[in-house]
Amino acid sequence: MFRFALRRSAWAIPTLLLVTFLVYIALRMGTDPLASYMRSNPRATHTKIEQYKKLNGLGSNYVTGYFSWLKNFVTFNWPRSIKGSREVWPELKDAIANSARLGIAATAVGVSVGLGIGIFAALRPGGKRDVAVNTVAFVGISVPPYISAILLQLVFAVYWSKWFGNSLFPTSGVYPPGQDGFDLVLMIKHMALPTVVVAIQVIAVYSRYMRSSLLDVLNSDYMRTARSKGLSEFRILMRHGVRNALIPVITIAALDIGAIVGGLIITENIFDYPGTGKYFLSAFGNGDFPLLMPLMVIIVASVLLFNLLADISYAVLDPRIRLD
Amino acid sequence: MSDSILQIRDLRVTFSTQMGELRAVRGVDVDVAPGEILGVVGESGSGKSVSFLAAMGLLPQSATITGSVKLDGIELIGAKKKAIRSVRGRSLAMVFQDPLSALNPVHRVGDQIVEMIQSHQDMNTHDAEKRAVELLEIVGIPQPNDRARQYPHEFSGGMRQRVVIAMAIANNPKVLIADEPTTALDVTVQAQILEVIQRVQQTFGTAVVLITHDLGVIARVADSVNVMYAGRNVESGPVQSIFDHPSHPYTRGLLSSLPHEGADRLQPIAGFPPNMLAPPSGCGFAPRCEFAIDACNAELPTLQPFDDLQTSCIRAVDLRIGGRS
Amino acid sequence: MIDEPLVSLSPRQMAWRRFAGHKAALICTAILSFLVLAVIVSPLTARYGVNQSVKAPPNSYLPPSKLAWLGTDDIGRDLYSRLIYGTRVSLLIGLFSAFISVFVGCVVGAVAGFRGGRFDDVVMRITDLFLAFPFLVALLVVRNMFGSIKWLTYIIGDVSSLRFIIFLLSFFGWMGVARIVRGQVLALKEREFIEAARASGASRAYIIKRHLLPNSIGPIMVALTFSVVGAISGEATLSFFGYGPQPGAGATSLGLLVGQAKGAVQTGFWWIALFPCLVLVVISLCINFIGDALRDATDPRMDAGK
Repeated sequence: MFRFALRRSAWAIPTLLLVTFLVYIALRMGTDPLASYMRSNPRATHTKIEQYKKLNGLGSNYVTGYFSWLKNFVTFNWPRSIKGSREVWPELKDAIANSARLGIAATAVGVSVGLGIGIFAALRPGGKRDVAVNTVAFVGISVPPYISAILLQLVFAVYWSKWFGNSLFPTSGVYPPGQDGFDLVLMIKHMALPTVVVAIQVIAVYSRYMRSSLLDVLNSDYMRTARSKGLSEFRILMRHGVRNALIPVITIAALDIGAIVGGLIITENIFDYPGTGKYFLSAFGNGDFPLLMPLMVIIVASVLLFNLLADISYAVLDPRIRLD
Repeated sequence: MSDSILQIRDLRVTFSTQMGELRAVRGVDVDVAPGEILGVVGESGSGKSVSFLAAMGLLPQSATITGSVKLDGIELIGAKKKAIRSVRGRSLAMVFQDPLSALNPVHRVGDQIVEMIQSHQDMNTHDAEKRAVELLEIVGIPQPNDRARQYPHEFSGGMRQRVVIAMAIANNPKVLIADEPTTALDVTVQAQILEVIQRVQQTFGTAVVLITHDLGVIARVADSVNVMYAGRNVESGPVQSIFDHPSHPYTRGLLSSLPHEGADRLQPIAGFPPNMLAPPSGCGFAPRCEFAIDACNAELPTLQPFDDLQTSCIRAVDLRIGGRS
Repeated sequence: MIDEPLVSLSPRQMAWRRFAGHKAALICTAILSFLVLAVIVSPLTARYGVNQSVKAPPNSYLPPSKLAWLGTDDIGRDLYSRLIYGTRVSLLIGLFSAFISVFVGCVVGAVAGFRGGRFDDVVMRITDLFLAFPFLVALLVVRNMFGSIKWLTYIIGDVSSLRFIIFLLSFFGWMGVARIVRGQVLALKEREFIEAARASGASRAYIIKRHLLPNSIGPIMVALTFSVVGAISGEATLSFFGYGPQPGAGATSLGLLVGQAKGAVQTGFWWIALFPCLVLVVISLCINFIGDALRDATDPRMDAGK
């Protein structure tokens, strides 16, 4: 088990290097970091430009350039942002923390509700509640996050305050302007709508996965064996049904991390939520190479990490594939 | 018979399908005496498995069940779910056809037995685990201590079937229903599994219902036999009498399709079983029976005493023949 | 156990029966056909030109009325007419990109499945990576990269052209299909009738044409429908963030119209937000339902849930 995890993690590092190399090339070609720098700092001196090129690994050769960027990256000798010459890490750190909070909240809500209604639907396939859950899931996957976000904003930003005279759920930011320090209630209020938007996607996807996976399991012979033991319906469902149905759902979950991050980026942008989504779009718009690269590394690393976690939890859940 | 431990009377099972009502079981009577091995024999689709799945309450919701199933005098058909649950796994346990899929692949073998014990007995986990190991030993699994900690995929088919049997007898059931327990196994393993079942019956006095299409299996272990065809009983009685002087043409057909000494070649029964969506109004076997007369198709025959057997053949007396035909 | 039903149906007839039994899908097919028809003959169904004002100023942000059924936009153009033209552009993008994606996906999946071995491993790794990477991030980064390659833009057009968007969306659209087709190939490779064909000396091309394609057509059709939705919403996402096509000459797309919704929300011009969103959702919903019904219809195993 441990060796399995170790071998899998060993693979992740070369993959990470390869993918970040590709991202490096794509960003260099796509955003033209040098031109962006000159655009934002038209009066930069020759030494400044040389320093910028050196720190970002912008030599003429992509391979050596990548490695000199990598060396600066891992030694934490990060270049400053093109626009405003800001330090990257404090900004990135805040953005990640905000996004993680939103992502975790939305995933927690989405996965628990999604799995719950998926189970609920699978218990009576073809029944009324199955049809209802199916329809809801379809509407969920058919409504892109920016549309549900816009519609929620329309309701809460415009009409709720018009009709009820107060704003129940604010539609932008983490805190109202001028708020300093931590306030849980305000934070939850601000997070409510973006959480719902991301959670809708998660619910739609997971309820369908869970439903079909559980239906497969419910038709299997060992479910009949479990019933022949005289166990309670609940125990049969949880210990033999849901427990087994989770195995395929977990593997799909890893691939979904990308979709969730994608949903976050869109949602954050609409709700003016200061997370990685806003960070990415503004950095991308400015062609800000020093801001973009670390974010990309973190995105690629988290995708790989979740893949790894899924592989491992798959092996934990299913004894048949514990190969050492 | 009032001394039966398991008594089934006029059991009927109907499935509603897209093509209409499928009448899988059409009035079946079965009596199982305490401690005996009853062989239930018939071809696939004869309703033999469905009858006992119905008795266990394991049929899907699409099945309509009527009639009476009494276990030790307690009626199971129409009983409260909770009451059925307390019987299921405790006094009435089941072994299934395919041991490869009957065990949950993600739980340890020992844990699955412990689950069976603890759902009916107030026993702490430590004792239940010890009991599980004992049970594995009883069914002939070597190194039961280590094996209990393994997963089903680490067992061979025969070993898995032993585990299923160990699980079924965990609560000392009064009746053990074995639904084609050897069909999915190799021939050599089949004999071992039958031995295990016989040993259980002899050691614990458990009555066993052995559902099979294999008369060879019946001949080897059963005390009495119940032959089914097209959702009805056609003949029942002591195993010796059935093999010695079968009264029903179907039973005779079955026997002569078996390889035996002195037979030049096997004689299959001509024709096909009837469509259970529209079963014949008379004797189900009449369309294939070379001795059928008009009266056979007139009305559904019921089991009548005949010598030391019970037969549904109305021509049993006319066709009386001693020994094998 | 049961006698064969009296009428036996070919697999295609059975699939059609199952599809027709799916009420939601039939309704969706009707709605979608209606929409497509309206869009094809847009000069007849649109009341105004795509770039035409409904009346002389003041004409901006008029709420829905007889003059402009769905209201007007910031410079007084009829939203209803613009929606029709926009939908036409989006459907074109969706269809073209879906066909290219499915074609590429079929080729890659079939080759990976047949060749197996290292080639298969590498292709599937790439596919996984593509699938796991946040779609929007990848889309934007690759968009700019392709846009910077001069010789490529001669072929696929400038970043703001429809051709470029179709190419870009296809570039990210083939993986799902490739996976499905590869799975089909692997499953079918094991089946007896393929072995029988091979044993009787059939060539690989013959096997692909006569056995694999007919057997995979169901899943491929399903993938095609989902690709159309994927491409339409991909275009909308890009446009929403201002990286979509700029069809020029006042032409528009569903994504561009939805993109305007963002600003409209804050100001309370609800019709500008609501109607484009509604059209986009209805199209996605219909195609999704049809795809699901197709899957049920072509995969008998899914019957258990019905």
